[in-house]
Amino acid sequence: MASRWLRLLAGSTLAMAMALGATAPAAARDLVVALKTEPSSLDPQYHALTPNTQISHTLFDPLVRADAKLQPQPALAESWTVDGNVWTFKLRPNVKFSDGSPFTAEDVVFTYDRVPKVPNSPSPFTLYLGSVAKAEAVDPLTLRITTKGPAPLLLINLAQLPILSKTAASGPAPEGKTTTQLNSGDGLVGTGPYKFVSWKRGAELVFERNENYWGKKPDWDKVIYRPMSNAAGRVAALLAGDVDMIEDPPTDDLPNLKKNKDLFIEETPSVRVMYVAMDQYAEPTPGIPDLRKNPLKDKRVREALSLAINRDAIVDRVMGGVAKAAGNALPYPMFGASKEHAEAPKADPKKAKELLKEAGYPDGFSITLGAPSGRYVNDSKIAQAIASMWSRIGVKTSVEALAPSVFFKKRDSYSFSAYMAGWSATSGEMSNPLTSLLMTRNPEAGEGTTNRGRYSNPEMDKLVREASRTMDDDKRAKLLQQASNLAMDDYAFLPLHFELSVWAMKKDIRYEGRPDQTTLVQYATLKK
Amino acid sequence: MLATIIRRLLQTLVVMLVMSALVFAGIYLVGDPVSMMASPEATDAQREAIRVSLGLDKPLVMQYLVFIGQAVQGNFGNSFLTGEPAMRLILERMPATLELASVAMLLSVLIGVPLGILAGLRPRAVGSRAIMTGSVLGFSLPNFWVGLMLIMLFAVQLGWLPASGRGATVSVLGVPLSVLTLDGLASLVLPASTIALAKCAMIVRVTRAATRESLPMDYIKFARAKGLSEKRVLGVHLLKNILIPIVTVAGLEFGQVVAFAVVTETVFSWPGMGKLLIDSIINLDRPVVVAYLMLIVFFLVMLNLAVDIIYTVLDPRVRLERRA
Repeated sequence: MASRWLRLLAGSTLAMAMALGATAPAAARDLVVALKTEPSSLDPQYHALTPNTQISHTLFDPLVRADAKLQPQPALAESWTVDGNVWTFKLRPNVKFSDGSPFTAEDVVFTYDRVPKVPNSPSPFTLYLGSVAKAEAVDPLTLRITTKGPAPLLLINLAQLPILSKTAASGPAPEGKTTTQLNSGDGLVGTGPYKFVSWKRGAELVFERNENYWGKKPDWDKVIYRPMSNAAGRVAALLAGDVDMIEDPPTDDLPNLKKNKDLFIEETPSVRVMYVAMDQYAEPTPGIPDLRKNPLKDKRVREALSLAINRDAIVDRVMGGVAKAAGNALPYPMFGASKEHAEAPKADPKKAKELLKEAGYPDGFSITLGAPSGRYVNDSKIAQAIASMWSRIGVKTSVEALAPSVFFKKRDSYSFSAYMAGWSATSGEMSNPLTSLLMTRNPEAGEGTTNRGRYSNPEMDKLVREASRTMDDDKRAKLLQQASNLAMDDYAFLPLHFELSVWAMKKDIRYEGRPDQTTLVQYATLKK
Repeated sequence: MLATIIRRLLQTLVVMLVMSALVFAGIYLVGDPVSMMASPEATDAQREAIRVSLGLDKPLVMQYLVFIGQAVQGNFGNSFLTGEPAMRLILERMPATLELASVAMLLSVLIGVPLGILAGLRPRAVGSRAIMTGSVLGFSLPNFWVGLMLIMLFAVQLGWLPASGRGATVSVLGVPLSVLTLDGLASLVLPASTIALAKCAMIVRVTRAATRESLPMDYIKFARAKGLSEKRVLGVHLLKNILIPIVTVAGLEFGQVVAFAVVTETVFSWPGMGKLLIDSIINLDRPVVVAYLMLIVFFLVMLNLAVDIIYTVLDPRVRLERRA
C-alpha cells in the first residue's frame, strides 16, 4: 500500500511539475517486469544465454537484429552486400551512443575483437564468430567482414552480438573493461533504446530511456526488472499490482488469468521443441535390461513408439493448451521445415502394436525413459504421459525424472536408452537443430554435439553440410527440407510439441511475443 | 573465556574443512557445471575450453587443494556463473536475510513469550487451550503455503501490502535496510510474519513448559508468600528463570532462519542469501555453495558461542569453560 501511495505521490509531483513546465509530454509511465531468471552478468559478451541476451539487446544494438519472425533486419547496419567471402556493411549514419559519442565501424571491430578475450565466460560468444576470419573498418561507416568460407548464417549469428562503444569499453585489461566493471555500469554504453541506471543483484535492475536513441522511442521512461524465480510468486506479484508484466505464468494458472479482466495474456508459438531421443547405437542398450539386442535400432520400433504417443492429448491435458503438437524439429513454414512433416503424426496404438509384432516384439519390452524435472515446462509430467502411452502398446515404461544437472550428466554419459529433452532453435532455421541433435557425432567438426541418441545417417549429414555452404536461400531451404525429411522418415527422434511462450501483463500493455522466448521491453507498448 | 573462544574457533576450522571437502565431492558426483551453464549449441571443443578456463579440467583433489590454498588467503574463488567473487555475492545479499530473520525472530519472541506464560499459568483455561492448538497449526502448516495464502489475502485481495521484493531501502553505514522506510517496512510484514508464525509456535511451547516447571518451585511460592505483586513475581522471578531455555531455542531458531530461509525468500522474491544458495545449487555453482556453507558454519558456531555467553550473564552459576 505504501508503495502505491509513494507512486501516487510521485505521480502527482510529476503532474505538478508538468503543469508548471507546460510543454512536457503526456504522463510518463514505468514498466516493471518480473523475470524468470536474472542475468548472470551485464557484460554483453559474458554469457551466451537468453536471460543475458534479452537484457543486453535493450542496452545495445547488433549490426542486424532478428525480428519477431527471427529474420535478420537492418539495425546498426543499414544495408550489406556479399561478394564471395567478403561482406561489406554500410553502417547507419548519425547514430550516437548513450553518452553522446558517435557510432563508427571502429566500435564494431573493437566489439568483435573483444569476444574471445572475455575470461571465464561460462558460455562464450565465440559461438557466433566461428565463420568470421576478420573484421575491418574501411571508413567510419563501412565495415568489411571476411569469412572463412561461404557463411549463409553470418547475419543470424551477428544478430547475437550487440555492439559496445570502443571509447567507453576500452581499458587496461586485455578485454578492455572487465565483466565486473561492466556489471557496475562502468563502460556499459550502447546505442540501444535504454541505458543503465543501477543493478542490485537479486533485487532489481533499472534502466532509463536513452534520449540519444536513433530509432523509435519506446513507451517507458524507466524499466525495472525484478528476478522472481518462483512462478506462483510472479503471478501473485502481477495480481497484486507490484509488477506490470511477467514471463511464463504456470500453465495451471492460465485459465484463471485469462478470465481476469485486468490482465492481458500473450501467447506465441516458440522455436522450442520438446522431443524424445532414442539410443540407436549401444548394443545392448542400458535402459532395456531384458533384451540382448537393442530394439531401438529397428526403425519399425521407433515408428511404433511415435504412433503410440497421442501428441494432442499431451498438448491439451498436460500442457493446458499452451503448446502445439510437433511433426518436425521446427514449426512449418519456418526456414527448412518441410510441408510433408508440418502436421504432427496422429496417434495409432493399433498400428503401433502391429509394427512391434512385425519387428519381433509381440509382447513389447521394458524401457526406462529419462527426463529432467524443472528444466522445461511440465517436463516430468510429459514424461509420465508418454510412459503411460507407451505402456499401452506393451512397451512397459518407467520414468526416471531427475534434477537437470543429474539428468545432463546421465544423458551425456549415454546412460539413457530413451530420454526427453527440449531444444530451442534460436537461429530460426533448420540447420541449427539438425547440426546439434541429429548429425553424426563429430566433436572436432562441432557436429552432433547434443546427439546423445547417436543417430547417424551419412546421407543426411552430407545434405546439412552442403546446406551450410550454400548461399542461395531457396537452394539451402530445399537442402534442409530434404535433410529433415530423411531424419523424420527415419524416426531419428520423436518431436512432441512446440512450447507456446506466454507473457501475462496488465490489460493496457501489449507485447508482441517472440518465438525465441525473449522478453525485449522496448517492444512492450502502452495500448492507446 | 578467551581460551574457550579460541578453542571454538579451532573447532570451526575443522568443521569447515570437512564440510568443504564434502561439498566438493558432492557437486562433483552430481554433475558437470558446464552442462548447466554453456549454451546448448556450444561444441565439444568450446565446452572443453570453458572447463579449462574454470579449472574444472584438473583432477578433483588438485581443484580442492587450489581452493584451500586460496581460501587460506581469504579468497573463496569466483562464481562459475557470474565470474564475481563468491564471498562478495553472498555478503551483498546477507543484510536482506539478516534483516528478515531478525524482524521475524523479534516478532516471535515478543508474541510467543507472553502467550507462553499465559498458557503456562492457567493450563486448563479455554484461552490457553486455544493458544496451544494455534501453536500446533503454527508449526505444522508448510511455510510456502502460509506465504502464498498471506499474499493472496493481503496483497491480491485486499491490496494492503506488496507481494514481493524488499521495497525501498536506506543505506546505514553502507548496509541497505528496509526497516527504516515505510515502503520497506510494508514489504517486510508478510515474509516476516510467515517465518514468525512457525517460530512463534515453538517459543510458545518452550515458554509454557518452562513456566509450568517453575511455578511449583519454592522461590515462586516464597515470592508470593512475601506478598509481592503478581506482576513482579512473573516479570522478575519467573521470567529470569525461564529465560535460559527460551534464549537457547530462539538462538538456534535464529540460526536456522538465517541459514535456510530459502522457501520464504523464494515465495516473496526476497533478495536474500537463501535464494542465492538454491540458484547456485541448481546451477552447480560450486564456489558459491562452498563459500556459503563455510560462512554459515562459522555463523552458527559464533551464534552458539553468543548464546553460551548470554547464559553466563543470565545465570552466574554457569561457567563458560566447563560448558565448552
